Amino acid sequence: MDPRVLEAMLPYFVENFGNAASRNHSFGWQAEEAVDYAREQIAQLIGADPKEIIITSGATEGDNLGIKGVFEMYASKGNHIITCTTEHKAVLDTCKHLEKLGAEVTYLEVQPDGLIDLKQLEAAMRPTTILVAIMYANNEIGVIQPVKEISAIAKKHGALFFTDAVQAVGKIPVDVNADGIDLMAFTAHKMYGPKGVGALYVRRKNPRVKVTAQLDGGGHERGMRSGTLNVPGIVGFGKACELARLEMASDTERISKLRDKLENALKQIDESYVNGNPAHRLPHVSNISFKYVEGEGLMMGFNKDIALSSGSACTSASLEPSYVLKALGLGDDLAHSSLRFGLGRYTTEEQIDFTIKAVTDTVLKLRDMSPLWEMFKDGVDIDAIQWAHH
Amino acid sequence: MAYSDKVIDHYSNPKNVGTLDKASKSVGTGLVGAPECGDVMRLQIEVDQATGVITDAKFKTFGCGSAIASSSLATEWLKGKTIDEAVKIDNMDLVEELNLPPVKIHCSVLAEDAIKAAINDFRSKNGLEELVFEQSHV
Ligand SMILES: Cc1ncc(COP(=O)(O)O)c(C=O)c1O
Ligand code: FES
Repeated sequence: MDPRVLEAMLPYFVENFGNAASRNHSFGWQAEEAVDYAREQIAQLIGADPKEIIITSGATEGDNLGIKGVFEMYASKGNHIITCTTEHKAVLDTCKHLEKLGAEVTYLEVQPDGLIDLKQLEAAMRPTTILVAIMYANNEIGVIQPVKEISAIAKKHGALFFTDAVQAVGKIPVDVNADGIDLMAFTAHKMYGPKGVGALYVRRKNPRVKVTAQLDGGGHERGMRSGTLNVPGIVGFGKACELARLEMASDTERISKLRDKLENALKQIDESYVNGNPAHRLPHVSNISFKYVEGEGLMMGFNKDIALSSGSACTSASLEPSYVLKALGLGDDLAHSSLRFGLGRYTTEEQIDFTIKAVTDTVLKLRDMSPLWEMFKDGVDIDAIQWAHH
Repeated sequence: MAYSDKVIDHYSNPKNVGTLDKASKSVGTGLVGAPECGDVMRLQIEVDQATGVITDAKFKTFGCGSAIASSSLATEWLKGKTIDEAVKIDNMDLVEELNLPPVKIHCSVLAEDAIKAAINDFRSKNGLEELVFEQSHV
């Protein structure tokens, strides 16, 4: 979290905070005004009206409310939803849940570069399609979907467009009007804000969109999401949005240079492959497969100076490698050999230099230990071996 | 994932990484796991034909730190043992020595399987029937 966000939040953890004479005006405000102000900060970042911001506990809730809420609200119009295979589990599992309740869901496959095929989307539209739910940018590989084109197709067929924009908001310019977005889930903790707070954008004009509440109760958030608000969290979310709006351009320029430096250096390693469309990608993410080395073993080789995660099964309880990488057509073996690098506001050039050296050294060291690398070097056809699956 | 010091030590300074001549009659090779599962282990033993003592052991492993540590430790244990003693190495001994958490037990199972596969490879090369093992616990 950004220390400036924490500073903004602190006064709101106590009941009778601040006083009206405080130098920083927002410190003197009452909870309700503070929330209104934060809602404006949030709305401004995405080009929305504050009335279109429904505060949630995060993007998992936003995904659930957006998709389930539309499915229920528009039941009389149809029951067909289109999404894609690389969505976050909060979207995929929501859709699976709705299938049990009578929804028909099309899961579009992505192309090898991670982008959906607009022609396939067009072909999948039906008269009963009520919602197209495609993420703005992918969390594992960072590819940015052609959101404007997707929303235009949805609109043409009379469907609403929902997007999980967790990874995009605060990192790249997102404008709900220019992008034609009807509903959008995002979350504070992916933009240097606090955990456990997020928002669902719900369009109020052209068209006016409604969702059926998934939490019933006191009728907060214009009836769409009941529950007493988490004031410090919301204030922090607002501050994080403001900082993102003001600093996005300079952050992006600096971070994307570092990312490119990292990626260009790591591409020099033999048999390493960058995953995802390089031109349509978030500035701070890089996902690379280092063939014949297992991802978790690789991560163990260095201090995690920058955010790292592995596509390997070994990191997850499920023992399944990343379904996102598999959806791009990577074999299980390559998916096991992938690392996701996440850069941010606090990443320094020294950290990047360190990471380049550490990753390179560790890959070379682990390949010396890898029976698969030895087979590859000896020209053995690894795919032709009868492996004993367990 | 928090690793025990012993896992980190074997990972940083693995013992007996390498390759023995798989064509030699005195070498037994066990190759277990699968690339699709994220772990492949190759363990080799060199056996003194007269005494049945394992004179050398080498491994190469594609897998997580626990898998690397399990195979590294296994090669250390194998050296100097007779084949009959080696058969008795149990994956739970590796788990205990390396302090592996429950999710990492399968890495040690892989090492036990690799030992047994190497022994059977040696046996079949030398005209002995392969031993049948019951499924080890995962
Ligand atoms: C794309 C995407 N959607 C949804 C979520 C879930 O967000 P939250 O943790 O706020 O529920 C995440 C993850 O953090 C994400 O990356
Ligand atoms: S090899 Fe998969 S968890 Fe150890």
